[in-house]
Amino acid sequence: MKSRVLVITSGKGGVGKTTTTANLGTALAMMGKKVVLIDTDIGLRNLDVVMGLENRIVFDIVDALNGHCKLKQALIKDKRFDGLYLLPAAQTKEKTAITPHQMKNLTGQLRDDFDFIIVDCPAGIEQGFRNAIAGADDAVVVATPEVSSVRDADRIIGLLEASGLENCRLIVNRLRSKMVKRGDMMDIGDIIDILSIELLGVVPEDESIVVSTNRGEPAVLEKSSTAGGAYRRIARRIMGEEVPMYSGDEPENIVDKFKKILKLAK
Amino acid sequence: MALLDILSRFFSKDSTSSKDIARERLRFVLVHDRASVSPEFINSLKEDLIKVIKEYMDIDEEGLIVELENEENSIALVANIPVTGFRRAANG
Repeated sequence: MKSRVLVITSGKGGVGKTTTTANLGTALAMMGKKVVLIDTDIGLRNLDVVMGLENRIVFDIVDALNGHCKLKQALIKDKRFDGLYLLPAAQTKEKTAITPHQMKNLTGQLRDDFDFIIVDCPAGIEQGFRNAIAGADDAVVVATPEVSSVRDADRIIGLLEASGLENCRLIVNRLRSKMVKRGDMMDIGDIIDILSIELLGVVPEDESIVVSTNRGEPAVLEKSSTAGGAYRRIARRIMGEEVPMYSGDEPENIVDKFKKILKLAK
Repeated sequence: MALLDILSRFFSKDSTSSKDIARERLRFVLVHDRASVSPEFINSLKEDLIKVIKEYMDIDEEGLIVELENEENSIALVANIPVTGFRRAANG
């Protein structure tokens, strides 16, 4: 299989780029793929804590690019999967510590050893963004169903297309189906219609993401996690499988069912 | 939908759901974002306009102004094109 470089981006901060990177990377590794995750958010690194690998960092991406260590020395092996690695961002440098040209070389080098190279892009449209997209074949734009996030996603899609990255797909994150049902949140159709971009997947709002981030264990590892399940389906879609989209209906739990019965009885 | 939601929607004057407001505001803001992101957009529109209009009349290309104007609830494309002369109608 030819290796793919995927950049996970959004424009706006806090919409779930790092969570998406960690979960898609882990899900692809669960499927037996060789995966490396690159954190390009220099100065604000977080992918290491989401993956639960923060204690293992010795060298980082800037060390590797500036020749302070070999690239292999900076790659941190995941605790759970043999084929999964993390290249952490530097915490004490700035975005300008690396260049788009260096990033292109770096991802090019990693293509020899990995099936998927997933680049976690920082928020914003400045150098950090230009670094992150430099070597990418495909882009995944993450947006939440809010005006500010969709607006920023539109800007990012424009910039991606302008830089020649035309293979962009969208993940709508943190969808709350109850709010959509009562007309207080834009639905998938609204967002796709406005952005005119291909939909890669939908991830529901799910408390289990907070729990899994607390633990440093990506949600895809948790069978019962709804968001984790959504990410596992997206990973299969990335592999080219046809997987039905998340319908927006959360499976009812016992408490909800009980509440419904009470309401009917009233 | 909770009973309270239904009641409050029923009695509230504002019957538009907030998602519709969000969608309309986004549509509006994106027209602006997209147009202002690329100054080439207006320029290439200008060039095409000149090409078409020149087939019908003589215009002052230097004095031509094309811009997007932002009114209360809509966006208008406003073009001010000084006409310097008309072609003889060929098929009149």
